[in-house]
Amino acid sequence: MTAPAACDLSALRARLGMALLEETLLGGIAQVRVAREALADTLRFLRDDPAYRMHQLTELTAIDCLLLRDTERFDVAYILHNLQTRRRVAVRCAVPEEDPRVPSASGLWRAADWAEREVYDQYGIVFTGHPNMKRILNHHEFVGHPLRKDFDIYRGYWLSEAESLADELDRRRAANPQRLAGMQPGETMVLNLGPSHPAAHGTLRNLVELAGEEILFCIPEIGYLHRGFEKSAEVHEYNQVIPYTDRLNYCSAISNNVGYAKAVEALCGIEVPPRCQYIRVILAELSRIMDHLVCNGANLVDLGALTNFWFLWNLRERIYNLIETVTGARLTNSYTRIGGLSEDLPEGFVPACRALLKEVPKPVNDALKLVARNRIFLDRTVGVGMISTDEAISHGYSGPCLRATGFEHDLRKTEPYYGYDRFQFEVPTGHQGDTYDRVMVRFLEIFESVKIVEQALDQLPGGPVKADHPLSVLPDKDRTYGNIEGMVNHFKVIMHGIQPPRNEVYDCTESPNGELGFFVVSDGTMRPYKCKVRPPCFYIYTSFPRLVEGSLVADAVATLGSLNIIAGELDR
Amino acid sequence: MNIMHYLADLLVRSLFKADPATWPYTWIAYAVVIGVGALLAFAFVAIFAGPVTWIERRIAGRIQSRIGPNRNGPQGCLQWLADGIKCWLKEDLVPATADKPLYLAAPYLVFTGMFGAFVVLPFGAHVIAADLNVGLLYILAVTSLVVVGLLMAGWGSNSKWALFGGVRSAAQLVSYEVPSAFSLMAVVLMAGTLSTQGIVGAQGGWPWQWFVFRNPFLFAAFIMYFISAIAEGNRTPFDLPEAESEIIAGYNIEYSGMRFLFFLFAEWANMWIMAAVATLAFLGGWQIPGISPERIAEAKGWTFVGWQALSFAIFVFKGTCLVFTIIQIRWTLPRLRVDQLMITCWKYLVPLSMGSATGVLLLMALVREGGIVDWVMRGAMLLVGLLVAGAYIRKVRATFMADRDNYKKMEGRDLWYPPYRLP
Repeated sequence: MTAPAACDLSALRARLGMALLEETLLGGIAQVRVAREALADTLRFLRDDPAYRMHQLTELTAIDCLLLRDTERFDVAYILHNLQTRRRVAVRCAVPEEDPRVPSASGLWRAADWAEREVYDQYGIVFTGHPNMKRILNHHEFVGHPLRKDFDIYRGYWLSEAESLADELDRRRAANPQRLAGMQPGETMVLNLGPSHPAAHGTLRNLVELAGEEILFCIPEIGYLHRGFEKSAEVHEYNQVIPYTDRLNYCSAISNNVGYAKAVEALCGIEVPPRCQYIRVILAELSRIMDHLVCNGANLVDLGALTNFWFLWNLRERIYNLIETVTGARLTNSYTRIGGLSEDLPEGFVPACRALLKEVPKPVNDALKLVARNRIFLDRTVGVGMISTDEAISHGYSGPCLRATGFEHDLRKTEPYYGYDRFQFEVPTGHQGDTYDRVMVRFLEIFESVKIVEQALDQLPGGPVKADHPLSVLPDKDRTYGNIEGMVNHFKVIMHGIQPPRNEVYDCTESPNGELGFFVVSDGTMRPYKCKVRPPCFYIYTSFPRLVEGSLVADAVATLGSLNIIAGELDR
Repeated sequence: MNIMHYLADLLVRSLFKADPATWPYTWIAYAVVIGVGALLAFAFVAIFAGPVTWIERRIAGRIQSRIGPNRNGPQGCLQWLADGIKCWLKEDLVPATADKPLYLAAPYLVFTGMFGAFVVLPFGAHVIAADLNVGLLYILAVTSLVVVGLLMAGWGSNSKWALFGGVRSAAQLVSYEVPSAFSLMAVVLMAGTLSTQGIVGAQGGWPWQWFVFRNPFLFAAFIMYFISAIAEGNRTPFDLPEAESEIIAGYNIEYSGMRFLFFLFAEWANMWIMAAVATLAFLGGWQIPGISPERIAEAKGWTFVGWQALSFAIFVFKGTCLVFTIIQIRWTLPRLRVDQLMITCWKYLVPLSMGSATGVLLLMALVREGGIVDWVMRGAMLLVGLLVAGAYIRKVRATFMADRDNYKKMEGRDLWYPPYRLP
């Protein structure tokens, strides 16, 4: 299976006529630029026309073109995905500064709800027709839109108190009066689940209105861990961004490193050598195992089963020990470099890794024995937090949570990269998309990842781990200190950084949580002009109110754990 | 005559050379002995609850393949003392918006409820504070004081989480009292008395004389009592009132220092109480195999003391076995949800425990005690019990051996953690 070719746009061309301004490629993705008046029509057409049927709004972002070229100020970018034909289409639309308004797509894809709020928050582009156009990542008392290029980042703002969320709650009440039927005022209780709560992994706040223990309404508020990843990336060189990516999904830092490096390499047109690809696969799969161990362990703790946590946690420590021998760090590895790796595998890694893989099944099976057929566990998870495949796709689900609904979709199979098509492995799927399925899919994926690592170790080729690309990759130390060309090369790369051509790319990998995408724009300088992350759990979390409303507090906790919301990735 | 009565009379006779029946100050001697007895019971609770917390943590560590507290004293056996001292020294915080009197009084009420039950627990042949003729009823009644305490703590803290915990525990305790009372009723029917010593006396020292193996209905009643006792003690899988991942530890969330410790104290004391009640009602209590209670009563001098000590040891041993089982359950199972908790109680346990009480009644009417059917039943139930115990011991042994082999394999290897070993 190879990556699908770019989507054929003839039907769209016929439909739009003069409104289609330009056809380009965004990486390997067919991209159309449309007039603002035709944007709503284009998106609806792409979603509904049988030739396209774009089920999912994978990513929605904007670019501030202030320093880029003499076009309109903003550029809104939609990346759409048909999960059956595996085709993607990118839609671009220019938005003038004096009238920054765009029709909302929130009626077409549920994922658009938060994505548009984020664009509004960061760029100040208003999406007309959006039901809840307000800030999402930044504090509600914040002034200005920080990802605009003319934003004064040195100004501070006094942010005095948390948002009451009363407006959203009132709106939900008005929209669903039947849930409050027969209740006196004061009969319900409004409660903040988080941001400081043991089950709010990281810092998630959910305002819930309860009738007894039943959740009537749930209003999530995010952004408590927002630290401006994208703004920071814009003032760092390409390689200096890598440590920031560690902090996205901190349970599997190397997956983020790999995703970012792969995107920038696509931007520069670098092909990394096979050994580097294999090492990236091995470490990313080990990270996936760790991520699933953490997620399932923590989820079971939320259900009151503490022992599983330790079984799984000990295994994770063992994997950390191995990764420490490779990268020198346990949690934040920063292992990849643009065009290669920071260093080759240490001596004795392959046998140590094989020995470790033999240890993986026992603790996982021990934990499975405790829960897989445990009546209490089944009662707590089966049918809890259920979501259908269609809804999940509309919400922008990907990864284990989407597969748990019974839909087989894995970027390692559908858009194979780094030779994943050479490995034999299954894609475990669930049945009904409930908490039980999500937990079990993660457990089964651990075994599949073990298979992949075993095969990768068998096939691990020799050779260099850095690409032969002197403009981007540092020369080896003996060349740096041994001859003048190497010295100059080193100096150039250090002082002037990597300068990719003016280009844009959207590139995604299958991270443990789902589709981890990087939308990188280069203006030809040594720093990314824009570096947008597509965090899988941001879109997954948009569905949380739907999953928990009508269930009990304890179910909400179990569901939240099984979605694997990582605040570092969610809030960036 | 119980031991306290005897000691008080002895005190009056030997110290004041007076006849306790006629001496006007006998009540002072009684009061002193009761005070000393209460102190001893308190010491038992403290000494039981303290080390059991350490034992529980070590067992939990072993179950979870980690170490557990092993720093204070040999194998960490003084950890509980360190924890206690730490709690004494901590500030006793009262939230500014708390309902102060309720908030302050709640831990004492909880503790009193637990402690009150010790009055009628027969630790040995004559080691009992007061052998009330309504003993079992008294235990059920006085431990209900805990509900009031927990509700007060939940309400008085003026925190939504604490309120959740308080209400959850009230609902849970009140519900589970029903099946536990019905299960004990089966025993009361068999023994024909509510007195704890009477119930122990109606059984014998050998397992086939215990109520639990007397007939299938009593066996079922024992299991149901055990389940509802775990629920009444807020232990996993019924630890909803203090579910840290859902309602952040529930009713005790605002407490600190010694008041907080009192809740934990009561929890572990309660663990002992439910194990002790299960022991006295179903597992033959303190009865020594082969020695009838009359022989113990007639014994004199050191023999008498020896029998008392032996019966005490038997009682504590049986109770501790049950406590160990409770601990093991806690570290194995996940937690129920609040509606499932109520379903378990009202849809399953209540009808079944009523059925078992009825079944016991029927068997009492139909089967002659000591008859052939009775003995066949006892034998069959004993066989079931032995099979369960055998399977359990086999499993534990297999695990132990496997761990020992692992340990041998790991010896001499440079590990990031010390290999685990039984405490």
